[in-house]
Amino acid sequence: MSKSVSEIIKEKKRRKFLPGYLEKAAPIIFGICAVISVFTTVGIIFTLVIETITFFNRVSIIEFITSTDWYPFTEKAPSYGILSLVSGTLLITFIAMLVAIPVGLSTAIYLSEYASERARRIIKPILEVLAGVPTIVYGFFALTFVTPLLKGIIPGLPIFNALSPGIVVGIMIIPMIASLSEDAMSSVPSSMREGALAMGATKLEVALKIVLPAALSGIIASFVLGISRAIGETMIVAVAAGSTPKFTLDVTESIQTMTAYIVQVSLGDASYGSTIYYSIYAVGMSLFVFTLLMNLLAQYISRRFREEY
Amino acid sequence: MNLVDKQLVKNKMGMRLIRNKLIKQLFLMATLFAIIILGTLLYRIFTQGIGYLDWEFFLSFASRFPEEAGIKAAIIGSLWLMAITAPISLILGVGTAIFLEEYASKNKWTRFIQMNISNLAGVPSIVFGLLGLTVFVRLLEMGRSIIAGGLTMSLLILPIIVVASQEAIRSVPNDQYEASFAMGATKWQTIRRVVLPAAIPGILTGGILALSRAIGETAPLLMIGALTFIAYLPENIWSGFTVMPIQIFNWTSRPQEEFHYVAAAGIIVLLVMLLIMNSIAVFIRNKFSKRY
Repeated sequence: MSKSVSEIIKEKKRRKFLPGYLEKAAPIIFGICAVISVFTTVGIIFTLVIETITFFNRVSIIEFITSTDWYPFTEKAPSYGILSLVSGTLLITFIAMLVAIPVGLSTAIYLSEYASERARRIIKPILEVLAGVPTIVYGFFALTFVTPLLKGIIPGLPIFNALSPGIVVGIMIIPMIASLSEDAMSSVPSSMREGALAMGATKLEVALKIVLPAALSGIIASFVLGISRAIGETMIVAVAAGSTPKFTLDVTESIQTMTAYIVQVSLGDASYGSTIYYSIYAVGMSLFVFTLLMNLLAQYISRRFREEY
Repeated sequence: MNLVDKQLVKNKMGMRLIRNKLIKQLFLMATLFAIIILGTLLYRIFTQGIGYLDWEFFLSFASRFPEEAGIKAAIIGSLWLMAITAPISLILGVGTAIFLEEYASKNKWTRFIQMNISNLAGVPSIVFGLLGLTVFVRLLEMGRSIIAGGLTMSLLILPIIVVASQEAIRSVPNDQYEASFAMGATKWQTIRRVVLPAAIPGILTGGILALSRAIGETAPLLMIGALTFIAYLPENIWSGFTVMPIQIFNWTSRPQEEFHYVAAAGIIVLLVMLLIMNSIAVFIRNKFSKRY
C-alpha cells in the first residue's frame, strides 16, 4: 500500500505501450480514409479526361460539339455530334421539370403551411418511400404503365418516346424538390408568418407573399438540383425512351439521352480500344460537366441569396 | 379619421378567403398525386408479378422461357455485392467522418474535403460506373468481377455514409467529451469508448439507407459489365455476377409481354428486400437513439 495513484497510472501506461501508438496512428489512418474521397474525385476527372483526349485524337472536337448527327454504329462514316444526345437529355429534363416543379413545390407549401402535424407525420414517410424506389422500377413503370396510358390519349404514340420517361423522371424528382423546398420554407421564422396573419392576410397570402420570397434561394436551389438529377438519370430513359438519337423537340418521338447512350454501348460488345468505346467517356465527360455546373450553381444560389433572419 | 376603407376590405375579403380555400385544395391534390402514383405503382407491380412469384422463381436461374426464369443468381449476386460494399464503405465512411469531425483543424483543406464530398454526392451514378470500368476493371485488372462491382458501389455510397456519420458524431453532446477528458482519457480512448458508442445508431441507420441505395442501383454495374444472363452462382470475389436490378432490367427490355410479368415478380422481391432493410433502419433509429 505504498504506491501513490500517479505511480499506478505511470506503471499502467508503461505496460500498455500499444495505445500510445494507436493514439498517434489514429489521425493518420482516418486521414487516409478522408483522402480516399478526394482520390475518387481525382480518379473520376483523370479517367474522363484521359479517355476523352484519346477520343478527340480520332474525332474532331468541333464535330463533336457542333454536329447534330450521332451515328456511331454506321460502319463506313460514323459521325459523333453530341448535340442530338444533349437535346434528348434536355427534352427529358424539361418534361420532368414541368411535372416536378409544380407538384413538388405545391407539396412543399402544403406540408409547411397548411398540413397538421399528424398529416405531416403520415405524408413525409410516404415521400421518403417514393424517393427510395430504385430507378429501374420507375423505368418498368414508365414502359408498362405510363406509355400505354399515354397511348390512349395520343393515338399513334410509339412504344419508345420522350414523353413517358420524361413524366416518370419528373415523378422521381418530386420528393427531392418537395423535401428540400419544405426545409427552406420551414426555416422561415414563424414570427414573420404571425406578423402577416395579424395584419389580416390569409394563409395563402402568407405562403405566397411572405414565406415563398423568404425561402426563394433554397427553393430555386432545389429546382437546380432536380435538374441535375434529371440530367444524370439513367435507367428510366434507358428502358423507356428508346435508342434513336435525334435533334428534335417533338416529345412523341423516340430519342436518346447521354446516359442511355452509355448504357447502350456497355450492353453491346464495343471492343476495348475502339472509337465507340472511347466515345462513352467523351459523353460521360459532357454529362459530368453538365451536372457539376448545376450542383455548383445550386450551392452558389443557396449561399449567395440566402436571407438571414 | 378612418384610414382603412372597411367597405372595400369587406368586398374583397370573401374573394380572398375563397381563393385561399380553393388553392389549398389544389396544394392538397398535388400532395396526394405523389401518394396516388406510389399506390398505383405498387398495385400494378403486385398484380402483374404475383402470378410468377413462387418457390421455383427463387430457386431457378435465368432462362429463355418466362415460366422457367428465376432470380436465384441475382439474389445471391446482390448478397455477395453487399458483403463487399458494406464493410468497405462503412469503414471508409466512418473513418472519414471521424477525421473531419474530431481530428481535422478547420482550415481550407478540411473545407476542400467537405466540399469535395458534397459534390461527389451529386455525380451521376453512371459516371461512377465509368470510373470503375477504367480503374478497377482495366487498370487494376480485376475484370468484370464482384470485387470490381463492390468497390465501385462503395465509392458511390461513400458520400452518403460520410454525411450521415458526421451528423451522428456531431450530435454527441460536448459534456460527454469533457467528462471523458476530465477522467484522464486520451482522445482516441474518448472516441472509441464514448463518441462511437453514442453515435453508432445514427451511423448504422445512415449506413443501411445507403446500402439500400446500392442494392437498387443498376447503371454503374452495367458499366462494370455485370452479366445479364448467368446460369451459375459466383464462387469467389473474382467471379462474374449479376444483381437483382440488372436482372429486372434485362427482363423489362425484352419484347415478350410475359417477361414483363417476370420482371414485376423480380421487382416485388427487390422491394421487399428494401422494405426489410428500411424497417431495420427505422427500428435501430427508434430503439437505440438516445436523447441527451
